[in-house]
Amino acid sequence: MSFIEIQDVSFTYPNGFVAVKNISASIEKGEKLAIIGQNGAGKTTTVKMLNGLLKPTYGTITIDGQNMKGYTTAQIAKRLGYVFQNPDDQIFQSDVFSEIAYGLKKQGMTDDDIAERVRRAAQQAGIEGYLDENPYNLPYSTRKFVTIACVLAMEVEVVILDEPTAGQDYVGMQQIAKIINHLQEKNITVITITHDMEFVVKNFDRVIVMTNKRIAADKDKREIFWDFDVIEEANIKQPYISELAHLLRVEERILSIDEFVDSLLEMKAKERVTS
Amino acid sequence: MELIRVNNLDYMYPINDGEKALKNVSLSIREGKLYAVIGKNGTGKTTLCNVLRGFIPHFHKGSLEGEVVVEGKDIRHWTMSELAKNIGFIFQNPFTQISGVKDTVFGEIAYGLENLGVEVPEIKKRVKQVIQLLNIEELADKNPYELSGGQKQRVAFAAVIVMDPDILVIDEPTSQLDPKGTRDIFDMIKWMKEQGKTIILVEHKLELIAEHADYLFVMNDGRIITEGNVEDVLSNPALIDYEAGLPQYARLGIELNKRSSDFGQIPIHRSQAEAEIKKWLGIHVNQGGSGS
Repeated sequence: MSFIEIQDVSFTYPNGFVAVKNISASIEKGEKLAIIGQNGAGKTTTVKMLNGLLKPTYGTITIDGQNMKGYTTAQIAKRLGYVFQNPDDQIFQSDVFSEIAYGLKKQGMTDDDIAERVRRAAQQAGIEGYLDENPYNLPYSTRKFVTIACVLAMEVEVVILDEPTAGQDYVGMQQIAKIINHLQEKNITVITITHDMEFVVKNFDRVIVMTNKRIAADKDKREIFWDFDVIEEANIKQPYISELAHLLRVEERILSIDEFVDSLLEMKAKERVTS
Repeated sequence: MELIRVNNLDYMYPINDGEKALKNVSLSIREGKLYAVIGKNGTGKTTLCNVLRGFIPHFHKGSLEGEVVVEGKDIRHWTMSELAKNIGFIFQNPFTQISGVKDTVFGEIAYGLENLGVEVPEIKKRVKQVIQLLNIEELADKNPYELSGGQKQRVAFAAVIVMDPDILVIDEPTSQLDPKGTRDIFDMIKWMKEQGKTIILVEHKLELIAEHADYLFVMNDGRIITEGNVEDVLSNPALIDYEAGLPQYARLGIELNKRSSDFGQIPIHRSQAEAEIKKWLGIHVNQGGSGS
């Protein structure tokens, strides 16, 4: 049995709106998984069921073999951290230190341990210079790193990042990649929801495509981005470089600039031989 | 025609750490062009937008020095409501823009026109038009707060387009959107440009800037550190040193150039990349043919 098992799960909001229909997936420890698909496809509802914010209307989710129904919210919070799409849905303390420390205090840690964890998490998130600031005085993109630090401080087994690259600049993108690498080294499962295909290609291996409340495909990135039926059905797009390679009829499934340059140089060399 | 002129602009927020948010900024905005502003977060892009829309100095106080002239009149002498007719502003965070006083998307989009005292039948006509144009018919009766991030962003866009301003200042319009929503917004921006609107756009997605913008300002630490035609700026490897990044196509071109010195012009968007690579591969075939 996998670390997380989602078995035939559906979710209907109290107003009758069906957000997710009959989805199943298994997620292992240490996996790097991206969930992609259009706005409204059911991605955020799905991950909110993983962290217990929503409970499946039908079906079951197990973590480490135990049905999530048996976990309290506090128990889930120790194992699984969720970084909201909009940091303002998450932030409520008046300084960054207290914001990051909040979850740790709830666990009854000593002040010294808390300070150490907060410092480490803030450093990983690249916000160690802002600990005394009011989060609301910080730009949106920095507030996002505050919420990431909150989850890092909890030292959970699964980190869920909802649209982490939205509004991030070049430097912010690299910081997020660094954080994901760091989590990967610790064998922590990283699940992201994103619209940024370059981000997927650089940082994730497995891709789940959601469309119209269901899972349309669940496979390796090199499979997904050449499944043109799924791309069309889910209204997603190939990464820029893959799309260009495809347009130029390059045979290999190109995902990066380096791969593309290698195969172009090879193409050119072959022509030199044949001509 | 020059619509906006900024000369030696300095600005410091009322609450500050002694550092100016904008330092000696000068620029010229001409009618009908699309200007993109890029650069790291926290380097003054949004502050500059706030000056152009008059939120600085009319709403945020602080110290503003230098000249900001919009359609011939200094920004300090414009009233906010006059400016609202000429300059539309789309906020970075759609959660900020939604007024909170309207309980339907239709009402939200109509709100600005109501405030200007436009006749009701005219308001209804224009709102319907914009809703159609942005393809958000299915949202019209929903509560703005029930919408997803991407849907809110489209509604925020609609609420500004309906005002039909000459100049649009757009701060990261696609940060919450999926690829299709992003395409829809850029189709919209393209359409506005074709209508002769002048657009100032803050955006991180360089591939889209390469395709749509005419002219580019790169900001760092409160200053404009480089500017120029999009083709020139976005093919310049120095942008990576400025931590602004480069479009994927330019990176590919630069990398090919490093490993094969005969690669041609550094492309910045897809059709250019396609043409340059074909030429590069094709030229060789021709040379081979003539030699045999």
